[in-house]
Amino acid sequence: MTYHTEEGDEVPALSDINLEMKDKEFVCFIGPSGCGKTTLLRIIAGLETPDTGIITVDGEPIKGPGPDRGMVFQEYSLFPWRTVLKNITFSLELKKVPKVQREDTARQYLELVGLSKFAESYPHELSGGMKQRVAIARALVNDPKVLLMDEPFGAVDAQTRNRLQQELLKIWERDKKTLLFITHSVDEAVYMADRVVVFTSPPGRIKEIFKVELPRPRDRTSVEANVLREHLLTSLGAEMKNTIV
Amino acid sequence: MKRGHGSRKRSIEVISIATALLIWEIIARIIDVKYILPSFTSVVSAFIKLVQGGELYRDILTSLNYFVLGIGLAVMVGIPIGTLMGWFKNIDRAVDPIIEMIRPIPPLAWIPFAILWFGLTKYAAGFVIFIGAVFPILINTYTGFKHTPRVLVESGKVLGCTSNKDIIFRIALPFALPSIATGIRVGMGVGWMCVVAAELFGVSTNGIGWKIWHWNDLHHMDLVLTYMLVLGLIALIIDRVFRYLVQEWWLRWQSGVVV
Repeated sequence: MTYHTEEGDEVPALSDINLEMKDKEFVCFIGPSGCGKTTLLRIIAGLETPDTGIITVDGEPIKGPGPDRGMVFQEYSLFPWRTVLKNITFSLELKKVPKVQREDTARQYLELVGLSKFAESYPHELSGGMKQRVAIARALVNDPKVLLMDEPFGAVDAQTRNRLQQELLKIWERDKKTLLFITHSVDEAVYMADRVVVFTSPPGRIKEIFKVELPRPRDRTSVEANVLREHLLTSLGAEMKNTIV
Repeated sequence: MKRGHGSRKRSIEVISIATALLIWEIIARIIDVKYILPSFTSVVSAFIKLVQGGELYRDILTSLNYFVLGIGLAVMVGIPIGTLMGWFKNIDRAVDPIIEMIRPIPPLAWIPFAILWFGLTKYAAGFVIFIGAVFPILINTYTGFKHTPRVLVESGKVLGCTSNKDIIFRIALPFALPSIATGIRVGMGVGWMCVVAAELFGVSTNGIGWKIWHWNDLHHMDLVLTYMLVLGLIALIIDRVFRYLVQEWWLRWQSGVVV
């Protein structure tokens, strides 16, 4: 995946981004607030159009949202009027997959995220972590090549977050998607990503790319992980100083 | 915990109503002029006579007929226009000033034109009720669509909604349904109030509203009061039935979230 854009005339969100992602790679974006990492993700999702520049998936330029890219939002995004199962079947309904078949597929993904028991529940009956699990299943059921995640675990408590990270890694290892994950947590990035992209303060540019070459499954508290965290925090800290919070 | 207090709360309500009826009866007996305040007991006996004669059913059915006509039309007009205005900015900008000009006109002011356009028919009565009901429905539909969260619309797009039609029918409309339901409820309340006026100009010699004036002319105040109470009772029943249907069937996904 390549992406390149230059400063727009209005408030420039991003500039001079040039990034290539390998197939089945897990990449984390990290950077100060307002650096445009969400904008970049939204451009890749096809929800926004860059002023200049081009993104391609497998050589195909992106023109609007498409089934090859799934997205999990930071806010809770389940459809409140649909049960958990019907939330997951939503995209299959649009594709006119027969009812029995689409519910079958949906149940598989529901099992994958460990929520089989909640198929008939409504979103308001779920906890925050469960809602995001369903959102992940809903995005995966389309079998996208790329899964885009915008701080999906930002709103859940620390314990739940650790568990969700592990589960996501399991899913990623099983399904082998290309995964693009925005986070504010250095810890999260080091634990999960193959590569961590650090953005500068706005207008966002890519500052540094860290390769995380720790063996999986990773140990959150290993010396190597700590060293890497240190590097990342230093890199990020320099940017934070330039940002008024 | 709330349930535990339920029966006690009920009993307070019963005592309250009984007390009110008792005070009414006492005052009526003290005044002792039927034309000024008929007593509770005389209203009850008038009510029983009306039920036995079958007259009351005919009146209720006649009024309900106008009501259904008016509300049905209000739903068919209010929801589509509210949808278009809530979703398309330019339609909103074009239609809104017109609506805001018509909306403040009281439904009763439309009566001359209702008669002119529809004659002394049930459609004239239905039209007055329609005018009363359509704006709450339209505006609540509009609000519901307008407030569709961006993240739901974008989720829809990412999951494969490609056209405006997909987004409106699969995302915005279901989201707006609670608001639309509120609009219909409010619209039915206003519409029912218009029933009395709609029958006043004599499209029929039946109907609850018509009978209020009819018995007033004949100084049968006990019957006037009976019809007034029937008017209130039916409004209450309509509202309760609608609320029940909405909560138990139409918007079950919402239970526990709102209301």
